[in-house]
Amino acid sequence: MWSFNHIANSIHVWLNANFNPTWTLIFEMVIAGVAVIGLFAGLGLVLVIMERKVAAWIQIRLGPNRVGPKGLLQSLADTLKLLVKEGLTPNGADKFLFNLAPFIAMIVAMLLMAPIAFAKDFQLWDLNIGVLYISAISSIMVISILMAGWASNNKYSLMGAMRSGAQIVSYELSAGLSVLAIVVLTGSMSINDIIYSQADGWWIFKGHIPVIIAFVVFIIAVTAETNRAPFDLAEAESELTAGFHTEYSGMKFALFFLAEYINVFIVCALGATLFLGGWMPFHIGNWEGFNHVMDYIPSSIWFFGKTFFMIFLIMWFRWTFPRLRIDQLLNLEWKYLLPISMFNLLLVTLIAIMKWHF
Amino acid sequence: MQQEELKIKLSALLPAATFEEGGEWLTMQVEPTDWPALANNLLTEPTLNFNFLFCLTCVDWKTHLTMVYHLSSRTFGHNMVVKVKLDAAKPVIATVSDLWRTAEFHEREVYEMFGVNFLNHPDLRLLILPDGWEGKNPLRKDFVDPINMIKL
Amino acid sequence: MIEEIGTTPEGELIINVGPQHPSTHGVLHLVITLSGETIRKVEPHLGYIHRSIEKMCESLTYRQFIYVTSRMDYLSAHINNHACALVVEKGLQIEVPARAQVIRVLMDELTRVASHELWWGSMAMDLGAFTPFFHAFRERESINEIMEETCGARLTMNYMVPGGVVQDIHPNFQKKVKAFLQLYKLKIHEYDELVTGNIIFQNRMKGVGIIKPEDALSYGVTGPAARGSGLSCDVRKIYPYEIYDKLDFEEVLETAGDSFARYMVRIREMQQSIRIIEQLIDNIPEGDFQAKTKAVLKLPKGDYYTRVETARGELGVYIVSEGGTTPYRIKFRSPGFSNLSILDHIARGSKLGDLVAMMGTLDLVIPDIDR
Repeated sequence: MWSFNHIANSIHVWLNANFNPTWTLIFEMVIAGVAVIGLFAGLGLVLVIMERKVAAWIQIRLGPNRVGPKGLLQSLADTLKLLVKEGLTPNGADKFLFNLAPFIAMIVAMLLMAPIAFAKDFQLWDLNIGVLYISAISSIMVISILMAGWASNNKYSLMGAMRSGAQIVSYELSAGLSVLAIVVLTGSMSINDIIYSQADGWWIFKGHIPVIIAFVVFIIAVTAETNRAPFDLAEAESELTAGFHTEYSGMKFALFFLAEYINVFIVCALGATLFLGGWMPFHIGNWEGFNHVMDYIPSSIWFFGKTFFMIFLIMWFRWTFPRLRIDQLLNLEWKYLLPISMFNLLLVTLIAIMKWHF
Repeated sequence: MQQEELKIKLSALLPAATFEEGGEWLTMQVEPTDWPALANNLLTEPTLNFNFLFCLTCVDWKTHLTMVYHLSSRTFGHNMVVKVKLDAAKPVIATVSDLWRTAEFHEREVYEMFGVNFLNHPDLRLLILPDGWEGKNPLRKDFVDPINMIKL
Repeated sequence: MIEEIGTTPEGELIINVGPQHPSTHGVLHLVITLSGETIRKVEPHLGYIHRSIEKMCESLTYRQFIYVTSRMDYLSAHINNHACALVVEKGLQIEVPARAQVIRVLMDELTRVASHELWWGSMAMDLGAFTPFFHAFRERESINEIMEETCGARLTMNYMVPGGVVQDIHPNFQKKVKAFLQLYKLKIHEYDELVTGNIIFQNRMKGVGIIKPEDALSYGVTGPAARGSGLSCDVRKIYPYEIYDKLDFEEVLETAGDSFARYMVRIREMQQSIRIIEQLIDNIPEGDFQAKTKAVLKLPKGDYYTRVETARGELGVYIVSEGGTTPYRIKFRSPGFSNLSILDHIARGSKLGDLVAMMGTLDLVIPDIDR
């Protein structure tokens, strides 16, 4: 069958036949790197145009429709524009940190790609602590934002960065706890194990109400973690003009912009993996015939379908809700989400121990 | 309250005041020295209770300036106008921003546009005009600006 | 005027909001002293769009100066023109024909709805929700089309002149207004579903920027901002002009005094305006649209003052005439100027995010403040 792991295997076999193992490894790493960067750029373009089209649809207008067929090349044209723009560094800014910050944002987003399973047996790195790895690396994102805000020598940026710091550190907790719910049920932190544990049904269906609660908490927390509306206080344009990236322009701004969208993709992919089975087709228990029919749809389509569904959800939030205030934002986390997810974790643990789940 | 009735009350309050005839509302002419006490009375007197200062402005008559206060009572619904004559060369009058807070902004506007100095004003600075316009009073009749003002 | 110092001796942060800032809707400049996220002081610096309209009017005749006033509160251009026409009519004792009166009131109320629509969209945008803006513009667009057909302009209409209106209404006017009323009734529930009922929105608005009625009176706050505090100040009710005393509508009052109350006042006021339009649209009397006036207007010597209710509050026009063809002195008591003066008082102690909610519900239009 034509699939990603099939292609990967044939490349591996061809390289092994023609080169010695060291060169094979080097070539494979180069190919993986190029693929990630390509995916990165491709995803950025797709997500930006998707966001604009979704926004236009919600806002009863047409959206971009001039460049390319139905305006699909608009984000390519925007990228080109951003590439040739001058990247200003303001006077009085800490030049080193100012220029480093967008790259850290970018690197973090790239590192997060590693353990994501895009299709059946198609993964860069099947880490046995995949979930922990994602939680850990995504926390580095806040450093780049703080760096950008502080180094800009701009009060709006600084305030945006401080807000963002408080926000990400807080929401990391509930995001982590809701991820833990699935880890407890599965008994493993490896992305692959989590997906295979959903072969007889996705966790959102198998795990009763506590997993649904965990899913809702997860969506809220990751929306906050990626600084998307209604939690976009870090860049709240009506209060702080553009928050932490007020002073950025050209490609440096584009890197932040891109990193935001890639982060959205990653968290949605993680959510799809943990709660909706990742690339696992829609299976129901022991219904062999039904499951078999579902298997005919390629696993990559299942993965991207679920991920883009979640991305659509997050975009829907953004274009519907007003923004929260900083104290309401922190109240929501510390007074509601955190106690709920802690109690929820206990429930999930109980379910896991008693084997109540399907 | 009828104008006549109001007039009797006000003349009792300040016998020295003169009244202007012919306007839509009762118009009272007051000396700058009498104004602070009168303003306080107008607001606090229970039967008058002019609690809404809806317009505060100044008119440049070349020989003198006239401060014009339009007062209204939201409780009784009566209106009146107080006019205070000021010296054109050195216009000074007490502020009423402690009685009607809206006067704070309006007096700042009159200060920069006409150069009227309001005593005891909490924050008498330029509000609309940019820095460097202190002492130039654009709404005075003798103000000239050959570049921006085109005479037809 | 830009503050060079970044912090006060107490370690408070001073930031400049504006003159170019997304939430000031124009060129308002606020110097804000912040302690963390908490506002300690708000200091408005005005004048970035000051054109000295008052000085300009001193050299324009009584027919000409009306056209300048459309540029003051550009969202209620009709109502500004109306106030100026009224003051000249008062001075010359011109009797306005019944048809012109009805047309004027219709235009005023359409303007009020359009202005509140725009306010609704932009205020939601201040709070971070973009979508309402586009939904508001859908309805506002049909009002603008009506204006365009009858007045020839979409924003600065200059339709009202001393003695009546410039020209008769377009033959399509009634049909189009009725079509708008239908569209509006079809869509108004979306406003509540999208914004009013939203829990985040309510949390952002309730208890924010409370204006006490006595403060509103003292600071000269008028219009929906004051009526949100329960202060009855609708000029159309208190000092009725044109045919407002014969119309059946309510003065909308809320008692809470917070941003949400001001929001609700405007939402309900739109419905009252729709009610007025419904009463009048089928009852436009036949007759002249303009009274016969002299070619050159000369106001008799004296003072003249009129006030009307714009979408933002009480607009007063004070003319001092020396008997000539131009006003000797003219003063516009604009509602925005007084409404802005309370901002510092209500903003102290609240969060930076609340400031946009307050500015949004005070409905500041900068050319109206600067004039």
